[in-house]
Amino acid sequence: MTRGAGLLGVAGLAGLLVLVEALPRLGLVNDDYLPPTSRIAAALGDELVTGEFWRAVGDTLTGWAIGLLIAVAAGVVVGILIGAVPVLRAATASTIEFLRPIPSVALIPLAVLLYGTDLGSTLLLVVYAAFWQVLVQVLYGVADVDPIADETARSFRFGPWARVRHVLWPTALPYVFTGVRLAASVALVLAVTAELVIGAPGLGKSIAVAQTSGAVPLMYALIAVTGLLGVGINLAARMFERRSLAWHQSVRGEVPA
Amino acid sequence: MLEVSSLNKVYRSGAREVEALRDLTFTVDSGELVCLVGPSGCGKTTLLRCIAGLLEPSGGKVRLDGREVSGPPPGLAMVFQEYGRSLFPWMSVRDNVELPLKQKKITRHRRATLVEQALDAVGLAGTESAYPWQLSGGMQQRVAIARAVAYEPSTLLMDEPFAAVDAQTRADLEDLVRALWQRLEVTVLFITHDIDEAVYLGQRVLMLSSSPTVVQDEITVDLPAARDQLHTRADPRFTELRTHVYEQIQAAKLQPGGANASS
Ligand SMILES: Nc1ncnc2c1ncn2[C@@H]1O[C@H](COP(=O)(O)OP(=O)(O)O)[C@@H](O)[C@H]1O
Ligand SMILES: [Mg+2]
Repeated sequence: MTRGAGLLGVAGLAGLLVLVEALPRLGLVNDDYLPPTSRIAAALGDELVTGEFWRAVGDTLTGWAIGLLIAVAAGVVVGILIGAVPVLRAATASTIEFLRPIPSVALIPLAVLLYGTDLGSTLLLVVYAAFWQVLVQVLYGVADVDPIADETARSFRFGPWARVRHVLWPTALPYVFTGVRLAASVALVLAVTAELVIGAPGLGKSIAVAQTSGAVPLMYALIAVTGLLGVGINLAARMFERRSLAWHQSVRGEVPA
Repeated sequence: MLEVSSLNKVYRSGAREVEALRDLTFTVDSGELVCLVGPSGCGKTTLLRCIAGLLEPSGGKVRLDGREVSGPPPGLAMVFQEYGRSLFPWMSVRDNVELPLKQKKITRHRRATLVEQALDAVGLAGTESAYPWQLSGGMQQRVAIARAVAYEPSTLLMDEPFAAVDAQTRADLEDLVRALWQRLEVTVLFITHDIDEAVYLGQRVLMLSSSPTVVQDEITVDLPAARDQLHTRADPRFTELRTHVYEQIQAAKLQPGGANASS
């Protein structure tokens, strides 16, 4: 069944490529705005051999990775702290509900003010967007701790740290993975956005430059590259998740007697 | 020695109040095996959680070996009614049994011995690296018992541990508990809603009334210490005792003031 779905997916993608090739060639759209697939591919081929392109990819991935790392670390620490201390949970709930919906792009003026067109600008946006994804999932995870498991730990006189380490953390881990996967996608969106809008170095800036200099096929090629990065990141995150949580998947499938 | 005196517990959530325990007083001597029977919802789990220091009583006291219980006391282990949720699914059987020993700062070498002995004693040698959810309900309960036994507690609390396993497994586990108790000289408070099980296992049986919960009656089980499923249960004295317990519990239900047993 997954094999069939995979084949269908490939067929759909091939269809899209053929459509993009055909539309401008048949004169249905102006090829100044949408060049055919073959020209986009050629532009991509030329670009792949330039050092500039790889530097841009490197810059984007650096902003993405550092931002994600900071967001995950902060989200996990803050989430566990808030989750483990009921007073904190009550005190922070409304603040979180207020801050979370603020779109990261609304912080662009602030980012420019603070960091100009440096990496810092990208990081600020990436961290802000990704942090909430992780935090919210960690809070779900902490709330999912089985009271019986926790009482078991207490009855064996586990200290607070041991309870976090051996009960809370393993329970929250599947949620943390979900949070990281969601955050990884959002972080890429924000990294490219920051480069595009603010002009911080990276693929986003290259797209903007290609557009202003009229290199339309190259612009499409670069857009496709950001899409491929997104797909790659998502696949890697899922694979990592599945490997680390063998017990969890199985538990879900099993009904305890 | 375990002393419970005038224990009272009222659950409060908002305006709602549930008096789970009215007034309980009893003692369990060191090395004794006492069974506690009572209808569902009469507060048996609440009582154990108070004894284990997991729950603060609303009134009265619990003393264990002379010290008042105000948090989980050392030397006490509890086997929970919901054994499936009490084992950690992310750990192998071995790690589940070993973890409390690590928290107790027992040396690695000694831990290995204790884990092996405990799993051996409950007949689970060879399943060390399995995960709890790969085992049947009866085997999971054995893991929970092994975990408690490996801890070398001086007091063992068991909360309806066999309520969810099949009859044959249950009989085996009952014999296992008696064998472990005789070998380890541990004080055992065993909770059940099954009258036959209480009489078969215990040296004494305490009967709880239905809510509002008090100790309705107690009997000493004067059956020989060597018990087995076939002969003990066929013993006329066994039948007498179980009939007595049954009558007391029925009487508790009919008494004016005592609410009808729910469930
Ligand atoms: N955390 C709780 N909050 C409120 N009421 C509770 C709570 N736990 C148990 N109760 C109530 O206390 C009574 C006794 O429960 P319990 O000790 O679980 O009984 P048993 O173990 O004998 O079946 C029940 O009426 C139950 O609904
Ligand atoms: Mg109960």
